[in-house]
Amino acid sequence: MLEVPTIDAPAVPGMADGKQRRITPSHLRRLEAESIHILREAAAEFRKPVMLYSIGKDSSVLLHLAMKAFDPGKPPFPLLHVDTTWKFREMIAFRDRRARELGLDLIVHTNTNGLSQGIDPFTHGSARYTDVMKTQALRQALELHGFDAAIGGARRDEEKSRAKERVFSHRSASHRWDPKNQRPELWGLYNTMLAPGESMRVFPLSNWTELDVWDYILLEDIPIVPLYLAASRPVVERDGALIMVDDDRMPLQPGEAPQWRSVRFRTLGCYPLTGATTSMAATLPEIVQEMMASRSSERQGRMIDRDSPASMERKKAEGYF
Amino acid sequence: MSYHAAPTIAAADAPRLAQDDRPTLRFVTCGSVDDGKSTLVGRLLYDSKALLDDQLDALASESKTAGTTGEDLDFALLVDGLQAEREQGITIDVAYRFFATKLRRFIVADTPGHAQYTRNMATGASNADLAVVLVDARKGVITQTRRHSHILSLLGIRHVVLAVNKMDLIGFDGGRFASITAEYLTLAGQLGISQVQCIPVVAPDGDNIVAASTRMPWYTGPTITAYLESVDVAGDASQQPFRLPVQWVSRPHADFRGFCGRIASGTIAVGDAVRAQPSGHLTRIARILTPAGERNHAEAGESITLTLADEIDVSRGDVLTAGSAAPVSDQLAAHLVWFDDAAMVDGRRYLLRCGTASTGAVITTLKHRIAIDTMARESATTLDVNEIGYVHLDLDRPLVFETYRDNRDMGSFILIDPISHRTAAAGMIDMSLRRATNVHWQRLAVDKSVRARLKQQRPCVLWFTGLSGAGKSTIANLVDNRLAELGRHAALLDGDNLRHGINRDLGFSNAERTENVRRVAEIAGLFVDAGLIALVALISPFRSERELARQRLEAGEFIEIHVATPLAECERRDPNGLYRKARAGQLPAFTGIDQPYEAPLAPDITIDTSELSSEAACERIIRYLREHNYL
Repeated sequence: MLEVPTIDAPAVPGMADGKQRRITPSHLRRLEAESIHILREAAAEFRKPVMLYSIGKDSSVLLHLAMKAFDPGKPPFPLLHVDTTWKFREMIAFRDRRARELGLDLIVHTNTNGLSQGIDPFTHGSARYTDVMKTQALRQALELHGFDAAIGGARRDEEKSRAKERVFSHRSASHRWDPKNQRPELWGLYNTMLAPGESMRVFPLSNWTELDVWDYILLEDIPIVPLYLAASRPVVERDGALIMVDDDRMPLQPGEAPQWRSVRFRTLGCYPLTGATTSMAATLPEIVQEMMASRSSERQGRMIDRDSPASMERKKAEGYF
Repeated sequence: MSYHAAPTIAAADAPRLAQDDRPTLRFVTCGSVDDGKSTLVGRLLYDSKALLDDQLDALASESKTAGTTGEDLDFALLVDGLQAEREQGITIDVAYRFFATKLRRFIVADTPGHAQYTRNMATGASNADLAVVLVDARKGVITQTRRHSHILSLLGIRHVVLAVNKMDLIGFDGGRFASITAEYLTLAGQLGISQVQCIPVVAPDGDNIVAASTRMPWYTGPTITAYLESVDVAGDASQQPFRLPVQWVSRPHADFRGFCGRIASGTIAVGDAVRAQPSGHLTRIARILTPAGERNHAEAGESITLTLADEIDVSRGDVLTAGSAAPVSDQLAAHLVWFDDAAMVDGRRYLLRCGTASTGAVITTLKHRIAIDTMARESATTLDVNEIGYVHLDLDRPLVFETYRDNRDMGSFILIDPISHRTAAAGMIDMSLRRATNVHWQRLAVDKSVRARLKQQRPCVLWFTGLSGAGKSTIANLVDNRLAELGRHAALLDGDNLRHGINRDLGFSNAERTENVRRVAEIAGLFVDAGLIALVALISPFRSERELARQRLEAGEFIEIHVATPLAECERRDPNGLYRKARAGQLPAFTGIDQPYEAPLAPDITIDTSELSSEAACERIIRYLREHNYL
């Protein structure tokens, strides 16, 4: 456990371990309280909820909040990871270690149809690949287990169509999002009613920004995948993006040779579709500092958003998280 | 427990985090279409440097292809995120945006200006501390401005910035600005909006957004940003009595029983006396668990878990209170903003959600509708989408609440349509119509299952629905006789006969038909409680009303039988001459002729008497009851 320096918090009377806590800024406390409220609503209102665990920083925060929301119990829902088989190896190792340490039920789902068809991001393009291995896979998993609510870590500041999504976002029986016909959402009151076959996506981090997420990770000492921190890694440059050669499945083009560069990732996904940024920020505070000075958005590193201007809205309507 | 390459926090970072306690202001923008709301928000994002390079690049390229501003950046594209909006150049849904200045963080809800999207404006306003109302300087205060300001006042917004946009198009006329300001201040005064700041702006050019305009030297007040950074909107939720709507009961093991929720108002400390409402049981706070660990106290806004000194029965929807008790009532008066395309129907049961409590609720009376333009009270029989009214509600069980004036979290509710599941209305509780604290259900020692065992049958309702003349009563009579032969206990409720007795005060309007069905469903439900098989023969043309009858009962107790004789055959039979009268125009609103019959989507049994004799139909129903263990 790494030690976090205390700012000015005295030992809290009555704390079992006598451990000192830092004072969390009021806006983070407000976000934390709101997210916990949403998580408890989801647990109370749905027959069989599940938490989508993508292993990234937002998922790490979401999981941390879920542990707090139900403490001293465990979250009353399992974790679901949709594994495309193209995630960074460090992500998978981190995922399994976290689930084990926290004693949580982890479901891993892969679209085996897509796998047997040999769908991969290099030969089939990011759009087709994402649809088969992520969107369809997620729908399969939700149907297979009969989950009626899927809790995810999406934030409204990520992307324009996300900015309009509800905290409790309705999906038809065919998993479609109808952005023009969303249920109005007022106060902290959520319409959780579902007809048979319908489901809900729940977004407890809706009102967080990327900087809030990093500040909270720093303050709460939340474990994250080391790929977020700069280190020397083998990369090739393609279409202006730095792609890490994570395993030998990545076909190298003629004359292409991996170079060792000090890089880190602002978002994590499938390694062939995730661009690294050149960085020397090897610690969390350095990351936060780099973020505050940054002139580009985190999704810049994601290849799938660039397919067309409205690509995210279309993917979401089809069931992408 | 080291998960990553041991990041360490430099001591130099502690001051940044400690100082970075900028409060968050949540505000909503509203105004009429084309007043420039999205442009204003885009401009705020742009000027506060909240936009990053790749987003600016995307904006520049989209401005060329989809923009409406020629060679300039089209700031509205930043917030009009949905494809349909970009195509139509309008905003159809509320968008949430985030930006920060040196002094504050902001969450802004950008809301649509079209009349049909008023519900989204109410949505954005429900969580806002302040509203920015835009008007076009050329038009001044218009109907939409009044409508939106009225909704803002209903939703308890007390701080408004009136942004008078497009000042360049009236030649920066300070006199015109002054007259618009005066007109709006009069309106705000009528609505009880106590704090208004009027600011002349040119949103696309940035005049008085962040930087003071050099083109309007006569204006010496704050810019939009300067005002948003300094306005004091702090509430006093912590000063009010303690209220915790219970969200979740945590029972991880036998030794722990915690009650989780977000504190709606007040403060609480270990050892404080609390009561569970509505039961009224008293106890003390044993422990307070917060996201930051166990503590001695907690206050409004925190999501906490409490343990109590005594084992009392508390569940989701109950409220833990300290100090003065919260009011409890099953009859409320409230303002409604109607959201659903389907108009309000009084007498129909909706699902009401208030805090963590859910209950069935019937709108018993629409006292008046409020004319948006004049704020006048009008008499009305229904509310259409985007209309505002004042209603009386009759709840299925007592609700612990506060008035909306006193407490937003405990005084707000939504009504959900039980069939479509759409959010039909947002409501704000004005007052209780009577104290229901002492009203309790009589606990019945001999219950339904005891009676059913005595009668050796599973009580249920056989609900025969279909057109007039379809054969409902004939078949129901045969089934009734057959059950008597079998030594079973049944009772027949015939729609026509009931209209001579308990329902003789009802006519055939939609509302009266709804009430007719509701009464029959209630009586059938009482018969089921008594252990009987109730046979109901009723046209009951509306799917929603039959669904309400189903919801009055427990699962498996409602058997829907569609007597699906075709209209032509019913009309040919015309046993009572009603079709003839209807065709002659003597019977208005006759089902099948000039009023629709909504056939069941998934009836338990379907019978077409043009193909099946009444006797055979009767036997099929008896067989169904046997196969499903009712007999």
